[in-house]
Amino acid sequence: MKVPVVLDLARSHVLGRGRQTLVAVLSVALGVGFSIAMAALMQGGEDDMIEQMVNAMPHVRITDEFRHARRQPVQDRFDAVAIAGLRPKEDRRGILNPVEVRARLSGWVPGSLAWSLRTQGVVRYAGRDQGLTLVGIEPDQAQAVAAIKPEEFIAGDFQSLAFGGNNLVVGDRLAEKLGARLGTTVSLVSATGESRSFKITGLFHTGTTARDEGEGYVLLTKAQTLSDRPNVINDIRLRLADPALAPEVARRAERRIGYKTVAWQEANESLLEALVVRNVIMYTVVGAILVVAGFGIFNIISTITHEKSRDIAILKSLGFTERDIRRLFVAEGVAFGVAGSVIGWMIGALLCVAMSMVRFELSGAGVAQEMTHLPLAWNVWHYLVAAGCALASASMAGYLPARRAARLHPVDIIRGAS
Amino acid sequence: MSVLLRGEHLTRILPGTVPVTLVDDVSLTVSGGEFVAITGPSGSGKSSLLYLLGLLDQLTRGRLVLIDQDTAELDEAARAALRLRTLGFVFQFHFLLPEFSALDNVMLPMRKLGERNDREQRERAAELLAVLGLEAHLHKRPHQLSGGQRQRVAVARALANDPPLVLADEPTGSLDSASSEQVFSILHDLVHQRGKTVIAVTHDMELAARMGRRLHLVDGRLEGQGRLQ
Ligand SMILES: Nc1ncnc2c1ncn2[C@@H]1O[C@H](COP(=O)(O)OP(=O)(O)OP(=O)(O)O)[C@@H](O)[C@H]1O
Ligand SMILES: [Mg+2]
Repeated sequence: MKVPVVLDLARSHVLGRGRQTLVAVLSVALGVGFSIAMAALMQGGEDDMIEQMVNAMPHVRITDEFRHARRQPVQDRFDAVAIAGLRPKEDRRGILNPVEVRARLSGWVPGSLAWSLRTQGVVRYAGRDQGLTLVGIEPDQAQAVAAIKPEEFIAGDFQSLAFGGNNLVVGDRLAEKLGARLGTTVSLVSATGESRSFKITGLFHTGTTARDEGEGYVLLTKAQTLSDRPNVINDIRLRLADPALAPEVARRAERRIGYKTVAWQEANESLLEALVVRNVIMYTVVGAILVVAGFGIFNIISTITHEKSRDIAILKSLGFTERDIRRLFVAEGVAFGVAGSVIGWMIGALLCVAMSMVRFELSGAGVAQEMTHLPLAWNVWHYLVAAGCALASASMAGYLPARRAARLHPVDIIRGAS
Repeated sequence: MSVLLRGEHLTRILPGTVPVTLVDDVSLTVSGGEFVAITGPSGSGKSSLLYLLGLLDQLTRGRLVLIDQDTAELDEAARAALRLRTLGFVFQFHFLLPEFSALDNVMLPMRKLGERNDREQRERAAELLAVLGLEAHLHKRPHQLSGGQRQRVAVARALANDPPLVLADEPTGSLDSASSEQVFSILHDLVHQRGKTVIAVTHDMELAARMGRRLHLVDGRLEGQGRLQ
């Protein structure tokens, strides 16, 4: 009942023009709605991508490299000596003393750990040669860090490596290329020329072609003998309960053991940066949409201020201040913004629901056909940010004509009108 | 009675390549309870003078003291506040808000002032309209009223906050003789029964003669300034 007089005036202005009001409100609503839908889609895609990234790779990876070249004793002795481009002797590479390294990591790392020896080798069968990355592992550890996830095994598992004899787990595509199958015995040739027979006891399909056609797992000890590097490992992978902690864990681990330790965020820095750029682009587009919606509001309020200039003169002659007049038209802009936001929320939610029902089939990925749907993220912030931008745009769109209207000289209008 | 309004050398010149002098060095004093007519030929600056007195326009030169306040010292908001409380305007054309009913139009200045609660505002507005013979038209919008009725609504609105000074610019100019007689007698009553001060511009010499004092403008200058009987 007791509406402030300025709002009452604003209402009388807005309600008087149904179609124009509808258009202005709808333009804001569509802007807000599409912004929300787009944000949900972009965020969903990003979450999906990061999740896949986090699942597919070690959260923290320790390699047998050093971030900074080791100080050589001669450098300690003589200040003037500078050494660069030093290369370790090939055969001595590797993480020295894995037991000690493990001891230094155990206890505080919130997750599990797996070490391995990664070497290059060739797999030979029926006259065909295929290069592969040969990974020597401890089955329990590899399982714990999910080097290959259980559901990615088509046949066998890591434990099958320990059954006795020389066993090998390879990607399905590699096996296909060789014409080998589960149970086939193939030859593995190491970089040093050593050759042994291995029986395929497991096949996996990760969906990443490079791995499916270029990776093979054997027991760590077998890999070490084959490559003639007894007791050497060159790769330690950590899988954390909370992937977000990876940078911190990596920093701490590197301080403790000295070897280059890389968190997944660092390993994917450029990709994550690309996501940031993508977000910047998205918010720019969203902002632009809402600014355009703001033009609609600006237009209608400018029209109102022109049509109602006589009313403005009357109000001023009655004792309304410039501030009242400004508030009046800003209130109209905000009203369009609020109405548009509320309707836009509904449009956004409906679009999201509609998109979540879209399903499409991705075939050709390999074994099974994968049914998939659009990645969508529901986040209340999308709604708040879109409405916030719409309101900011709407109040600005109201403010500009409002300021001009407030400055109108009543006498000019009264003279013009009579 | 006390001096309500004092203008000294009031001058309004529109700037431009050829400056236009609307009001030229007008000095006047109006006391409380006076009924003042401003007459003069068309284009002589009557409306312009009224806008100056009503703080709707800015003086180019001169000094205007309104109820002991030097208006030169007031900022925009203070001038608006003074208009709200102490001035009532009636224009030649009614100037009502078209979307608002007669009652809502009259309530407008009271709502802005905010000193009465909603019910009191409503009652006072209805009362004012009733006094002006519009009790049957409270909820009509301006386009549903006749010219004379609209002008009376405008008078009621000018009186809403009970201002001591009413400025009227040809309030009867667009009315027939019966309506104009009605509006005139309302203004007359305001002065003689309710002690208001009214300054009214009029073309009608007969009406001017029935007011207490007549100021005659020619080319923006005040000419014959004297008491009529
Ligand atoms: N914006 C303007 N530019 C130029 N001249 C103007 C302007 N406004 C008013 N005038 C002139 O100023 C003079 C005074 O105008 P004003 O309206 O005060 O006269 P008035 O006495 O009220 O006339 P009327 O009886 O016809 O209403 C007129 O000659 C008018 O043409
Ligand atoms: Mg005039």
